[in-house]
Amino acid sequence: MTSQDNMSEEHLPEAHGAHGGELAVHGDAFADPGLPPHEHRRTDIDERAAARAERQVAMWFLLSMVATIGFIASYVIFKPGPELGNTVYIFPIGHISKLNFSLGMTLGVSLFAIGAGAVHWARTLMSDEEHIAERHPIEASPEVREQVFADFRQGAKESGFGRRKLIRTTMIGAMAMVPLSAVVLFRDLGPLPEKKLDTTEWAKGKRLVNMNTNEPMKAADITVGSLTFAKPEGVEESDENFQEVIAKAAVMLVRMQPADIKDQASAGWGYEGVLCYSKICTHVGCPISLYEQQTHHVLCPCHQSTFDLSDGGRVIFGPAGHPLPQLQISVNSDGYLEALGDFSKPVGPGFWERS
Amino acid sequence: MKKLSARRRHPLAALVVLLFALATTGGLYAAFAPAGTAQADTSQSLQIEQGKKLFAVGCSSCHALSGEGTSIGPSLVGVGSASVDFQVGTGRMPAQQPGAQIPAKKVIYTQDEINELAAYVASLGAGPSIPTSEQYAAGDVAKGGELFRTNCAECHNFAGSGGALSEGKYAPSLDGVSAKHLYEAMLTGPQSMPSFPDSTLSQQNKQDIIAYVQHTTDPAKNPSYGGLTLGALGPVTEGLFGWIFALGALIGIAIWIAARTPKAKKS
Repeated sequence: MTSQDNMSEEHLPEAHGAHGGELAVHGDAFADPGLPPHEHRRTDIDERAAARAERQVAMWFLLSMVATIGFIASYVIFKPGPELGNTVYIFPIGHISKLNFSLGMTLGVSLFAIGAGAVHWARTLMSDEEHIAERHPIEASPEVREQVFADFRQGAKESGFGRRKLIRTTMIGAMAMVPLSAVVLFRDLGPLPEKKLDTTEWAKGKRLVNMNTNEPMKAADITVGSLTFAKPEGVEESDENFQEVIAKAAVMLVRMQPADIKDQASAGWGYEGVLCYSKICTHVGCPISLYEQQTHHVLCPCHQSTFDLSDGGRVIFGPAGHPLPQLQISVNSDGYLEALGDFSKPVGPGFWERS
Repeated sequence: MKKLSARRRHPLAALVVLLFALATTGGLYAAFAPAGTAQADTSQSLQIEQGKKLFAVGCSSCHALSGEGTSIGPSLVGVGSASVDFQVGTGRMPAQQPGAQIPAKKVIYTQDEINELAAYVASLGAGPSIPTSEQYAAGDVAKGGELFRTNCAECHNFAGSGGALSEGKYAPSLDGVSAKHLYEAMLTGPQSMPSFPDSTLSQQNKQDIIAYVQHTTDPAKNPSYGGLTLGALGPVTEGLFGWIFALGALIGIAIWIAARTPKAKKS
């Protein structure tokens, strides 16, 4: 407190004022040079220049009015929609809707002109003389502070807050417990996740259905170097919970020469080089299928995690923490590709209960 | 002449001379280089024979004399004529230099020569053949959009403007690619692209996708209502533009607002 008082005494600008603006203090190289003498602008001394500036400002504001009228006119004149004649080619922008372009340009001009007019007004006609506003202490006077503290102490004494401890304790308890009702309401944010993150719609015997044709596939349909997206049998796009189901169950099918598969356990989970991997990145769950058939790498577009499908979905680059889960597949007695069960590990990003 | 000699020590003189020399050499070469012409014959065996000759000249240094491949070029046995028509017909082959990806460039063979090359490569082993114009006729745009977003958009972007892959590879823009080449690319899976054989993406599906790509990359049918698409590449180009140009303009205006106003001359 006292140090602040000292500060205000010694270092406030008014201290310099005491010297009457004398700058050449002997030996003080860092003396405040003060303000340079004020110079008049042309508009300050030349009445005709000032009148011209006034007209210029008014012109900006008039331009804004014209642009606003133009906005309303464009809205009336131009029609939305893709029909021919509603678009126009404008050089650096390319083909663009006449309506969008005229609305954007007129609104932009009308707003810019208001700003430009105001700035021009401030720079040419409003006073540009610099003024110094002296700082003053923020603290109240000692008498006022004394009075406030005395009032507070008297109030605390009269309320009996310090003396009646039962009231004090129960009041603090009551106030501490009130927020609990808000915490309890968080339970209504949704159902508990339970084991939903651990399982998907895939199960033993479910055939792999092509997302393009909606037909089950045979191993021969999947050629070397191809990429196919599949969903579990019985899941239809018209299902109410389709998005929820496919968000976990989406898979991609690739086929490579059996000799190219580095991980033999992974090869055994496929069928004659046909491998089935989850399409959900194990980093934050983006759908990934940027498959490079020459290197067997799959790239995630979100954060560049790269997985090697010829090596058990191993992470070879990027922030993903788990290999891409592989679905164990085989062919059933009719020759159709089928799952031999659910994924052995949860698909998608890690979560706190994940083992 | 005096003027020219006075400027010979200009810092840019060497650059000008170099550019002139390069342009002259290149221009002379283009003017006098023998233009590759070969008479096509409808006969199948003659076509293969012609193709074999073209192959020995243009392709064999990487793919070996009978197309079995070398350390720098893959085997062409079983790739089919569709693959040849795509690779040579879009100028990707013959490749200028090995690299992460062979880009499309000026086509140097005539369609007849490409057909001969394709016939020769097809004779090395069975593979997908060049589609007929009925096969790649445009189908249903709406269905094609659905299929495009499922199968293609992850690499080629929803607007077909392409995107980056790993280690210098990229998915090229689909703007201006002919229907035949789109069909062949889906069928054969050139370079990094996986193939989409008829068994998993039917011919009808491919036609729908072609219709969608042609619709969406045609500014007359699918104009950009907002204009200034910046390549429709999404947040990267938009962010770059916003940070550099929009923010730059705002900073410039802010500096102008705060700049000292011109003072009247002291008289």
